[in-house]
Amino acid sequence: MSYTAAHDDHHGPEKGLLRWVKTTNHKDIGSLYMWFAFTMLLVGGALAMGIRAELLQPGLQLMDPQFFNQLTTMHGLIMVFGAIMPAFVGLGNWLIPMMVGAPDMALPRMNNWSFWILPFAGGILMSTFFMDGGAPAFGWTFYAPLSTTFAPDSTDFFIFAVHLLGFSSIMGAINIIATVLNMRAPEMKMMDMPLFVWTWLITSFLLIGAMPVLAGAVTMMLTDRNFGTAFFDATGGGDPVMFQHIFWFFGHPEVYIMILPAFGVISHIIPTFARKPLFGYSSMVYATASIAFLSYIVWAHHMFLTGMPVAGELYFMYATMLIAVPTGVKVFNWVATMWKGSMTFETPMLWALSFVFLFTIGGFSGLMLGIAPADIQYHDTYFVVAHFHYVLVTGALWSIIAATFYWLPKWTGKMYNEKLSKFHFWWAMISVNVLFFPQHFLGLAGMPRRIPDYALQFADFNWISSIGAFGFGLSFILLTYIVIDCIRNGKPADARPWDSAKGLEWTLGSPAEYHSFNTPPSRAVILEESQHS
Amino acid sequence: MKRLLTLTSALVALVSSKAALAEYGLNMTQGVTDVSQDIYDLHMMVFWVCVVIGAVVFGVMIYSIFAHRKSAGHKAAHFHESTLVEFIWTGIPILILIGMAIPASKVLIDIETLDKADMTIKITGHQWKWQYDYPEEGIGFISSLSQSSKDAIDDREKGSVAKREALDAANDDYLLSVDNHLVIPVDTTIRFLITSNDVIHDWWVPALAVKQDANPGFINDSWAKVTEIGTYRGQCAELCGKDHGFMPIVVDVVSKADYATWVAEQQGVAAAAAEAATQQWSEDDLMAQGETLYNTNCAGCHMTDGSGGYGPAIKGSKIAIGDAAEHLNIVINGKNGMPAFKMLGDADLAAVITYERRAFGNTGSVVQPSDVTSAR
Repeated sequence: MSYTAAHDDHHGPEKGLLRWVKTTNHKDIGSLYMWFAFTMLLVGGALAMGIRAELLQPGLQLMDPQFFNQLTTMHGLIMVFGAIMPAFVGLGNWLIPMMVGAPDMALPRMNNWSFWILPFAGGILMSTFFMDGGAPAFGWTFYAPLSTTFAPDSTDFFIFAVHLLGFSSIMGAINIIATVLNMRAPEMKMMDMPLFVWTWLITSFLLIGAMPVLAGAVTMMLTDRNFGTAFFDATGGGDPVMFQHIFWFFGHPEVYIMILPAFGVISHIIPTFARKPLFGYSSMVYATASIAFLSYIVWAHHMFLTGMPVAGELYFMYATMLIAVPTGVKVFNWVATMWKGSMTFETPMLWALSFVFLFTIGGFSGLMLGIAPADIQYHDTYFVVAHFHYVLVTGALWSIIAATFYWLPKWTGKMYNEKLSKFHFWWAMISVNVLFFPQHFLGLAGMPRRIPDYALQFADFNWISSIGAFGFGLSFILLTYIVIDCIRNGKPADARPWDSAKGLEWTLGSPAEYHSFNTPPSRAVILEESQHS
Repeated sequence: MKRLLTLTSALVALVSSKAALAEYGLNMTQGVTDVSQDIYDLHMMVFWVCVVIGAVVFGVMIYSIFAHRKSAGHKAAHFHESTLVEFIWTGIPILILIGMAIPASKVLIDIETLDKADMTIKITGHQWKWQYDYPEEGIGFISSLSQSSKDAIDDREKGSVAKREALDAANDDYLLSVDNHLVIPVDTTIRFLITSNDVIHDWWVPALAVKQDANPGFINDSWAKVTEIGTYRGQCAELCGKDHGFMPIVVDVVSKADYATWVAEQQGVAAAAAEAATQQWSEDDLMAQGETLYNTNCAGCHMTDGSGGYGPAIKGSKIAIGDAAEHLNIVINGKNGMPAFKMLGDADLAAVITYERRAFGNTGSVVQPSDVTSAR
């Protein structure tokens, strides 16, 4: 026993800034991920402000079209690869060891590496703005041949950055799988695991399946650009549409990589504040797995207009519509969890409830987009832009903010300012709808996406949307203040700050100890804290 | 509460007034083909299904949020599982989806099936303009953004007020008008063969419900049978580079008689152009025609004064003042980011190349149509 005590002594956080470079601790790395993601969110958001400022009025006011294309491209890449994905890995790092009763992640050194690749990848990506010919300007989907034969020189740096981001994601995924399967408390069965752990476990398999496909796509681009191959060049016997098949074989699982952990987060918050166990725990697990499976077989619904044969279009339409079933099951289960509960509406619950409303709206437009004939009119318009911002901003990002407020007391040991946070919620909630809802109308009225200037009949809704965007952008300054204020001046939080929260993480102190569980929790504790007890 | 009521009724009044709807363009167009009408109907059906499901789900949620509050003294129940309920809410959505999939499949198969077209038009996307060819009639031309829209965009020296006036002057045609319209006859089944010369474009005219990717090296097809005479506008719908937002489409649907007249006219123009290409041109004529063509096709990248921007400078360029063969080669066949312009006629190419070689203080040689013919 004396050995254990001495051992623990040595393993507190290191002093000084080098702690953050050398750390192998899941909480430190989780924090690094979260701060990195938040920084990138602000950067990507600033680019979006540039986009909306240009679109405030018809005519070209602020920038030339090529720079506008650079903004849309980099906004998408930074938000997907720099903000949303790292934020979820950060949440996974912080929470999974605590939720499965483990002391740390299974592969701590790799954990350090998979984080520290990110700032360099992000740096390389951002540096393209300062290169000759500017940053990539072919959209985050980088369709060939615009991204090969016709792309700026900086594209090779973009390819390298994507490779690095892929390494990081795959290592993160391997680590989470190893942690969940090997480090789980011996007494915890798979079907005892909280949903956040389940959703991340399934997401990890999506990452391992999808990221190498992306790496393949960019490698083919690299050789097409520099080594005389013609994968995507028809003059050399290649096919530009093949690029889209490969890209979306990655891209569609990717969108579920960004939403499955969000489902997990919401499945923790709603039961807590409804004071009722999660309804349909096992059907939630099966629904998540079904969505993950379906995500691999629907990719070409992004490509209905590329000239697919009618049989292909029919198949991809049916498969796509099927996704509505397990997704619907999730929404119904959340509503059933609320039903006859005893609800209170603290900040995390407000974010979670608005997630259910707004994500469902995004789901409806997704169903509409899945109808192949109607997609002829929706495709590549602002209707699509509205759709994916409803699922990614008021879906994925909403859940990340909800999770931040929900677990902030556990992470920092401090309570945030509830009044200010609620004000911030309503501010963000209203402005985000002013921002994105009118974009449905713009798309239906015929405004294509990715254009720097538009015909006059689109002027009014663009103006409204831009005003909403500026309001929404400003709300993040307040969010920054709330989080820093909580860390610095927050009142001490209880170990279980939400009276009916379930989960092993709440059995730890607030802030949680540097090493989560030195002895695994007992069967009794696991059952007591499980989501379906 | 009273204020809330007033506000709500004001909103309802605003939304329900037909004028406001028309002005803001809230919904998809019903279009002018049977297919566009079918798609609109499908869109509205799915929309209303979503509205009903949304009303039920959100209704239950909102009721629960009000009724099952702790502050209202509601005590939490403890049920958390029901296989029967899970089956019900898996099964009902599947039935609803099948109900949607059947009409959707019918429309899709209808769109993708074309037994016999009355005529064919080939559409080629270029960065950043459209080329239309009527192979049976022997007509072909390029269609670029109109000069009035270009002027309205680019008047940066003027203040924003003057600019707004310029936009208003261009009216609702701003960014949706072109120099040469695509002309098609009414009540005729037209097959569009769509391809591209460089990157992927997408030819989209909402009223025709035709939206099809233009893939370089491959030919896609689509079709339309327009039932109403009129002018219909659309835009490129696939990001294709710098001026993606500036390559609109204008389709004039005319009576069959008017169409025949138009075809005869165009064939005359084509014959005259072919004739002109065999002539020796004076430098003044080449320069005059070249300036117009340059401003339409080249100024977007090389700038009106030849100083260069997105593309290299023409002014003082080694190619423009050097050997004409190299200059011809680049303009005809393209190079890297520079698109190929082989779709222009010999006389037009000679004019624009001469303009590039002799304008902006350049001192290159004059190029004749016959030089272009032999350089091809």
